[in-house]
Amino acid sequence: MLIDHPILGPRDAAEFVYKGDAMLIHRPDWQAEDAVAQFTDYGYLRDNPAGLHRELWFHEQGDRSWLVVTRDTTTHEITKVELARDVARAEGRSR
Amino acid sequence: MHYSGFKVIKEALTGHRGWGPAWRDATPKAQYDYVIIGGGGHGLATAYYLAKEFKQARIAVLEKGWIGGGNVGRNTTIIRSNYLLDGNEPFYEFSLKLWEGLEQDLNYNAMVSQRGILNLIHSDAQRDAFIRRGNAMILNGADAELLSTAQIVERYPFLNVNNARFPIKGGLAQHRGGTVRHDAVAWGYARAADRRGVDIIQNCEVTGFRIENGTCKGVETSRGFIGAGKVASCVAGSSSRLMEKAGMRLPIESHVLQAFVSEGLKPLLPGVITFGAGHFYCSQSDKGGLVFGGDLDGYNSYAQRGNLPVVEDVCEGGMAIFPNLGRARLLRMWGGIMDMSMDGSPIIDRTHIDGLYFNGGWCYGGFKATPASGFAYAHLLATDTPHKTATAYRFDRFATGHMIDEKGMGNQPNLH
Repeated sequence: MLIDHPILGPRDAAEFVYKGDAMLIHRPDWQAEDAVAQFTDYGYLRDNPAGLHRELWFHEQGDRSWLVVTRDTTTHEITKVELARDVARAEGRSR
Repeated sequence: MHYSGFKVIKEALTGHRGWGPAWRDATPKAQYDYVIIGGGGHGLATAYYLAKEFKQARIAVLEKGWIGGGNVGRNTTIIRSNYLLDGNEPFYEFSLKLWEGLEQDLNYNAMVSQRGILNLIHSDAQRDAFIRRGNAMILNGADAELLSTAQIVERYPFLNVNNARFPIKGGLAQHRGGTVRHDAVAWGYARAADRRGVDIIQNCEVTGFRIENGTCKGVETSRGFIGAGKVASCVAGSSSRLMEKAGMRLPIESHVLQAFVSEGLKPLLPGVITFGAGHFYCSQSDKGGLVFGGDLDGYNSYAQRGNLPVVEDVCEGGMAIFPNLGRARLLRMWGGIMDMSMDGSPIIDRTHIDGLYFNGGWCYGGFKATPASGFAYAHLLATDTPHKTATAYRFDRFATGHMIDEKGMGNQPNLH
């Protein structure tokens, strides 16, 4: 697989480490009333869809940036690659 | 029809006209006591033990394709019970004991071959870990023996014991481990279940669950609604896709694992060897092909095929420890989809929906577990209590902190 890095261009997926579902960007509020339940969901439950999946890849053998890759889990086709930083900011994470 | 040596000779002399189909092609009835979703090894074993051990009737197994077309036909056929943790080892040892009596029990030749499995050791720390594992195995009634390098060379003279990075310093052997012909496991359980009245319904895909007031009443399928007292999901690899239809999210990611077979060779490799440090393991099939595999590709996938970097990695691992592998040609490679759970261990449990049960999360250890998984799941379905060897395989262990994490990797499914 080739991952079209937004800064570096197409790179071999073997340069990257896979983390998992991009929802992991949204760490729950530890002060919430139901923080325990939220963290259980966050830590252990996944949508695991057959089809389009937004997921985190880390460019460990490259510029060490985190990416959000949109990939079809039934074909491995990658349709979108974004910097995780941009995604997190757009979705309301401040840092 | 009972299979026997006498029957084989009789059929050989009469032109093989007396063999009937091994199981009926059942059409779905409107209502069953038990509907098992998934006609793989685990689903068929569950049906068989429900009928045989727990004396239940009105059982159907629904399979969207043909039985044995999924992971039971895609694995590398190894059986063993060399686990460390209390939640696992009694279960896998129970499974190995069931394998030992399986062929007589099913009246079917599954080619169970206890040729032994050997885990290679390369460092003092690994030796300590394997001694601990071996002791845990012995405490749970399994067999384990620590072998020296000399003993390994005697049995496997072709191994490269002087690899610069991973010299072989010994090994942990389980002599009762081995291989089984995997297709015959599916067919043997199917035939034995069918003989006890189980309906095996192929080309019948479950498209939804009928859930009323928190109780599962049956399943919608491509062949119409089928009512059920109890519905049992048993579709490892596709568990998330199926349970989503019941509104459940699971502690599971689906990953692709590749496997390989070489051209047929004369007898070379007498047992199963695993080179965990190099992500490679190998055995030789009775047809002569070297059957081997390694790591997951490492990303979520439902594609049943992997990519080339892992092919290279597995073959490099093989060449490092087993240099004459390089003289054999690769015949086939394929992929199967694994339910990778958050702690690397399976789930056999009730769900929050009455009448809906779940079996899955087998990671890449499902094949060896087939008999015990079927037995324990049948126990749960018939009695609503877990089998004594499967009490730890609960859904709520993630919330309560009772993970069964053999490798100590944490909640990162692609590392288990």
